[in-house]
Amino acid sequence: MDNNTLLLFAGIGALLLLASLVGFVLKRRSGDQPNPVIDNLNARINAWWVMVLVIGIAFLFGNVGVVVLFYFVSFYALREFMTLTPTRRSDYPALVAAFYFALPMQYLLIALGWYGLFAIFIPVYLFLLLPILASLGGDTTRYLERAAKVQWGLMIAVYCISSVPALLTLDIPGYEGRNLLLIAWLIIVVQLSDVLQYVCGKLAGKHKIAPNLSPSKTVEGFIGGVALATLIGAMLCWITPFAFWQAALFALLVCILGFAGGLVMSAIKRDRGVKDWGHMIEGHGGMLDRLDSVCFAAPVFFHMVRYWWA
Amino acid sequence: MLAALTAFAITSAARLLTGARALWLGSTAQATQRLYYANHSSHGDFVLLWASLPPELRKRTRPVAGADYWQKPGVRSFLINKVFNGVLVDRERKEEGVNPLQAMLDALDGGDSLIIFPEGTRNLGDEPLLPFKSGLYHLAQARPDVELVPVWIANLNRVMPKGRALPLPLLCTLSFGAALEPIEGEGKDAFLERARNALLALAPEEA
Repeated sequence: MDNNTLLLFAGIGALLLLASLVGFVLKRRSGDQPNPVIDNLNARINAWWVMVLVIGIAFLFGNVGVVVLFYFVSFYALREFMTLTPTRRSDYPALVAAFYFALPMQYLLIALGWYGLFAIFIPVYLFLLLPILASLGGDTTRYLERAAKVQWGLMIAVYCISSVPALLTLDIPGYEGRNLLLIAWLIIVVQLSDVLQYVCGKLAGKHKIAPNLSPSKTVEGFIGGVALATLIGAMLCWITPFAFWQAALFALLVCILGFAGGLVMSAIKRDRGVKDWGHMIEGHGGMLDRLDSVCFAAPVFFHMVRYWWA
Repeated sequence: MLAALTAFAITSAARLLTGARALWLGSTAQATQRLYYANHSSHGDFVLLWASLPPELRKRTRPVAGADYWQKPGVRSFLINKVFNGVLVDRERKEEGVNPLQAMLDALDGGDSLIIFPEGTRNLGDEPLLPFKSGLYHLAQARPDVELVPVWIANLNRVMPKGRALPLPLLCTLSFGAALEPIEGEGKDAFLERARNALLALAPEEA
């Protein structure tokens, strides 16, 4: 780890310390009565400590550590998605291909840096392979729906999430050997946007922005969260290859995409009649609940950086 | 020692593969003598139910299994007798004049809880739950103090579909419902219907 990375993690640690302190004071002030909002806030902060620790350990192991970390992130996300998506017995071959072929292959291609194949492996080859496998069982009940669901799960949980470690494959002139910081920047901005939208919404939220999809999202939270996260993203331009204004535009872009991702993934959850994708992260829900925004922000960010910078 | 290690390995593997999450919806995880009855769609059902119980309950809970499948010398017999401490029943009723439920009654009299699958066989069709065999009724009649707790095992049929070797790493949940209240003078068919509906009520909506 270089000095910039250490400085970054020290800053995140200080931020979390402050958050934990605020959580502790709020808990003390609320007295003995259990308060679900404050308890959930503290559970979320504690989970953030664990998540930052896990990411920090991955960073210690360098590029390989980050690719392995996101392999597991994709695995847990895919598992949550497929669990919630009803499939039939004849979808078994397609699901085997998703878990045991597409997922490891995509990350292998990223580890090899083979852009020409990892960019189209799932959208082209798996897109064609999955319905072939699904048709072998001879079961036509809701065929198109089932084929689409497996494909969609792979796109979101594997393809989109793998765009984050794919940033490591970019050769950006003047930025050699620092690509991990670009990943850190993307995750910090997108996640801070989520956190700040939540905080602004809790403090000043009045007008619901999408009552049918996500009743907790408000106009005030959206504007405040995106504005603040964009500002922070711009101020963090020293860890990116971007100038201040470029970092600001990119931050705005990934915040808006992240917000849209949250809405889309909420729509799927509502359709399936659940509140959370899973239960693995205390206070947050499942892996996909924490990553819905990253899923939508990462691929667009990756391709734009590649087009203009690499 | 070997049995304890095997038990640890199997319960850990089952939980790692399926994330087995126990939801105690209508009853709590306490050491009351119980008959856990569950839907049966996979060979892994009783392993998962057994693995999802807290260790102190697991020690006193024995799965009921078919002797025809498990009483083969070698690995199966070691697993069912030494690891799971199972109660073997003769599903084919080879011996005349012997109460097929006797082994289960003996286990209950010894103070243990049981895991049974009242459908009698694995359900491999599209129906969520097969009609119940009458064993559950006779056990409830013979030992009215034992709590009857329905347990819905969700998704395991997708993790290990029939005839497939490689399990899929999907998440499973086990929903423990409220114990059936005894009703004075209830007939066999009405009882079995009520028990079946109590189990079905725990099933998540299928699409």
